[in-house]
Amino acid sequence: MIKSGLKKLYMGLVFIFLYAPIVTLIVFSFNDSKSRAKWEGFTLKWYANMFHDPVIVKSLYYTLIIALIAAIVATLIGTFAAIGIHYMKKWFRGIVMNITYLPVLNPDIVTGIGLMLLFILINLKLGFESLLLAHITFCIPYVIISVLPKLKQLTPNTFEAALDLGATPFQTIWKVIVPEISPGIVTGFLLSFTLSLDDFVISYFTTGNGVQTLSITIYTMTKRGIKPEINALSTILFAAILVLLILINRRPGKNNVLLD
Amino acid sequence: MKNSLIRLENISKSFDDELILNHISLDVKKNDFVTLLGPSGCGKTTTLRIIGGFETPDDGQVYFNDKVITQKPPYKRNINTVFQKYALFPHYNVFDNIAFGLKIKKMHHSDIKKKVDWALNLVNLKNFENRNIHQMSGGQQQRIAIARAIVNEPEVLLLDEPLGALDLKLRKDMQYELKELQRELGITFIYVTHDQEEALTMSSTVVVMNDGVIQQAGSPEMIYNEPTNAFVADFIGESNIISGVMRKDCFVELFNHGFVCVDKGFGINEAVDVVIRPEDVILLKPEKDKLTGKVTDCIFKGVHYETYVEAGGKEWMIHNTKSHIIGSDVSIDIAPENIHIMKKR
Repeated sequence: MIKSGLKKLYMGLVFIFLYAPIVTLIVFSFNDSKSRAKWEGFTLKWYANMFHDPVIVKSLYYTLIIALIAAIVATLIGTFAAIGIHYMKKWFRGIVMNITYLPVLNPDIVTGIGLMLLFILINLKLGFESLLLAHITFCIPYVIISVLPKLKQLTPNTFEAALDLGATPFQTIWKVIVPEISPGIVTGFLLSFTLSLDDFVISYFTTGNGVQTLSITIYTMTKRGIKPEINALSTILFAAILVLLILINRRPGKNNVLLD
Repeated sequence: MKNSLIRLENISKSFDDELILNHISLDVKKNDFVTLLGPSGCGKTTTLRIIGGFETPDDGQVYFNDKVITQKPPYKRNINTVFQKYALFPHYNVFDNIAFGLKIKKMHHSDIKKKVDWALNLVNLKNFENRNIHQMSGGQQQRIAIARAIVNEPEVLLLDEPLGALDLKLRKDMQYELKELQRELGITFIYVTHDQEEALTMSSTVVVMNDGVIQQAGSPEMIYNEPTNAFVADFIGESNIISGVMRKDCFVELFNHGFVCVDKGFGINEAVDVVIRPEDVILLKPEKDKLTGKVTDCIFKGVHYETYVEAGGKEWMIHNTKSHIIGSDVSIDIAPENIHIMKKR
């Protein structure tokens, strides 16, 4: 009895440590006071204010449009890359997969600074295009990692069976392989979208020219003192990512290598 | 060469420096049921894949109706394949799986419907067209794979161990059905298996392969009765393979006992391999001048007894319908035409 009580207490403590900051943030986003210590009644005015702040609205637009384009492009590139990698010779596939995994494990700050230096080197002005390119780049490995397990699940000779029945390689990919691996492709897309929404470090180094994502806006706002609108904005970002994660995890035929 | 539908000429193929096919040549006639038979790793599947267009040989040419097709991709060959694990498309239902090839050819919808119905009927799966692939048993999936291939009316159907995953009873039924199907459709079948019984039952031509080389090609009777070497004899059915010496034409010496045979043209005193099928050995009461031995075991097998006799320092396997007491003495006799002499390898 005592033992199981202790277990529950321990688990409760872990969850409190993990979620107390977020809960605090969410609660204070509804607080009818500028104070960060006192509860003075429920309000939605910070949310309303937020949508009247042109800086926030603009960064919300950039965040969504970048996440959408980056996710679409990364899904396309990543899916074709995964199909290519899957049908490679074994030893070569091993090498390519290691090169693919490396950026995933690489610290974001290194990727961010690296991309920034590269963009400066090739004379690409930091701004929307550089930010988009950076997001596409870091999303591709995640698409590959989502799609590859689905390719491994294909029954052997699937590709050859389609060729045998008269389909060209392109028809085979489009009519047989893509429908078979579509759960992996959708997972890769959602994952890319989430990661793009979520990213701060890489965006911080690769953007410029007044183009800001939400996370950068939040960061610059905190430098000028924490306004309650930030709580509201952070809450919305948290909720969006939570919904996306639930979506990725609850989908039928999921293969959540990363999220289990 | 006229009359041959598919001709392999001097085909060689290596994977990672390992020679899989070593200068293979083969003729497949129209309407033939050819079986490529051999142990795993003998190159039979690679041969099939080269005919299907899934592999390109390192050396040699593939002819189809006397035209070179060596470099032609699979989707441009009038050949269809039934794969070992069926390779059905699980996201399509039964109808769409079978209709896949016809839709690629942009055939009219009503013609597709007619053809798919015909194919389903042929493989006894009428009214199954709306089923999901996952709802079908292994045997039914096998039939769908066959229907999916033959609905395209190929000139040649390739089958890569298609019955390997089925249980024995179903396998026997399918052997019979495939044979019937081949007769009915008049399509040339090239069939890969490692099961010698299957090969003998179904084929009009058996091609025995080992180590990337064709050991022997011929009718099942010829392969069984006149194996060209010890490998073929051993692989096709049970056999007693004995070292002997040709003393003269039509006379071979086994374990210091002379036997009359029907083979000629060997050198005097040439060492040879002799194949004697278990059912061709006649057991007699001990006789003085005959090869004599002791019964070491006698097992009832239903139709026959499997008797083992130790004679001349070798254990002989004998199939006959009489039981013998273990430990009793017997003499061995063999009819001249049942002694098969082969050159030593």
